[in-house]
Amino acid sequence: MVQALQYFFSGITVGSVYAIVAIGFNIIYSATGVLNFAQGEFVMLGGMVAITLASFLPVPVAVAVAVAIVTLFGCGLELVFFRRLRSHSILHMIIITIGLSIVIQELALHVWDEKVRSLPYFTGNEASSVKLLGAALSPQVIWVLGTAAIVVALLQLFYKRTLYGRAMRACSSNPEAAMLVGINTGNMRTAAFGLSAGLGALAGCVISPISMTHYEMGPGLAIKGFAAAVLGGLGNPMAAVVGGLMVGLIEAFSVSVIPSAFKDVAAFAILLAMLFLRPHGLFGRPSGVSVREV
Amino acid sequence: MALLEAENVRQCFGGLVALNGVSFEVRRGQIMAIIGPNGAGKTTLFNIVCGLINPTDGVVRMDGKVITGLKPFQIAALGVSRTFQNVSLFPHMTVLENVLVGRHLHGRAGLIGCALRLPTQRREEKAMVEQASRFLEEVGLAEKAQHSAGGLSLGQRRLVELARALGTEPRLLLLDEPASGLNTKETDNLAKTLRRIRDRGITLLMVEHDMSLVMDIADEILVLDFGVKIAEGPPAQVRSDPKVIAVYLGEKENVASG
Repeated sequence: MVQALQYFFSGITVGSVYAIVAIGFNIIYSATGVLNFAQGEFVMLGGMVAITLASFLPVPVAVAVAVAIVTLFGCGLELVFFRRLRSHSILHMIIITIGLSIVIQELALHVWDEKVRSLPYFTGNEASSVKLLGAALSPQVIWVLGTAAIVVALLQLFYKRTLYGRAMRACSSNPEAAMLVGINTGNMRTAAFGLSAGLGALAGCVISPISMTHYEMGPGLAIKGFAAAVLGGLGNPMAAVVGGLMVGLIEAFSVSVIPSAFKDVAAFAILLAMLFLRPHGLFGRPSGVSVREV
Repeated sequence: MALLEAENVRQCFGGLVALNGVSFEVRRGQIMAIIGPNGAGKTTLFNIVCGLINPTDGVVRMDGKVITGLKPFQIAALGVSRTFQNVSLFPHMTVLENVLVGRHLHGRAGLIGCALRLPTQRREEKAMVEQASRFLEEVGLAEKAQHSAGGLSLGQRRLVELARALGTEPRLLLLDEPASGLNTKETDNLAKTLRRIRDRGITLLMVEHDMSLVMDIADEILVLDFGVKIAEGPPAQVRSDPKVIAVYLGEKENVASG
């Protein structure tokens, strides 16, 4: 029982990170129709920048500055690589994101070398633990879960109750009509890249103490996050949360039946099964834009 | 000075000439209707005015300012709003949210304010909901505010689109076949609503096939045929114009009874 609980918590911990990556996918996908395969790089950059800054700044400041820097970096990517490309096909843009993912990794390798780094624990240290329902957890797990929950709640408010949030939804629902009521759709796309990058960076910071930061961590996270987004249904950020948690849980529990070296297989199996059987996701409508059309 | 002036507007799509040197003016406070058979270039003209396409040649001015070449959202900011023949809403958002998106230009909260939900942003949000509700009342849809826009009837969706367009507080409102798909009662209500909008000082330019509606509410009519202006003037004059009768309406009886 305690064993199962332990799996459960480790599942929802990695799951919340996948969820944030999946939300990042969705934010950009909704605003531009592009699947951004450099999403995992935002997570890696967030962690790396924060680690570098933490060497001379207090951790909370380092995290805040890292998130801000990566947010601007995300906006910059859109301005430089996508703004002038609107007439090109979605496929071109997706390939650009794959290229960017490779370039960012190489740059990270040069800047931060191949050492595995990590931020210090936000509270306590690697030895400390809290008891929750009988399972022993690192306090950082609470940070990860809390951050994910707050991000999801704030994002929901942002989308439903604010001028820019609604404008972003309008752009994804009907860009032409959005433009005609005076919304600068180009700027909304830039903002979507920034928001997505910032969230990714935040995730990169909170998981750094437990899962470490490495220049190559991006693509793996991107694939898991993508699996989560597809599982929930692309274009629906809140479904991505459920998708993320499910991928995390399946991965964690798979360890009890298959060797742990194979746990990545679980995520990829879900991804393939969903793409074949239900490309519109668990919560999506088949009438919406499905991954098949991309 | 007229509110909207189009000068020698020409639009070619490949070898097809959709508009061939059309010039006209829309005077302030008027309802101007554009009529003409299918393929006459009416919708193309709308798309040019609101900036969805750039004309091959010619100039459009809004309030004396050249708007050809501007982006649609820039033109919207100058006070031009439109509706579509096929109703173009945000279907997964509520009716109220659709109108709130229409209020976008009048929002002051910045992106940071929105992200952090600062108190000023919250106050503005509350005020915006009140304003948007008033526009819904104006078109008679207040009780549908929380419904999903995609689930309404065609007539109601047209009204949502109208409320959203009014929400931008336009000086010029372009309506592309506002009466298509409406029953007689809905059309009568539409006529009343459009007159009320004009009396509030908003200039209207509409494309419409329903001749009785056009003759009823238009102050000025522009007739297009194969991308060329063949007549322009008040309804009585256009109705008796031999060219209009010959080219567009075919038989005199249609005009009289229409």
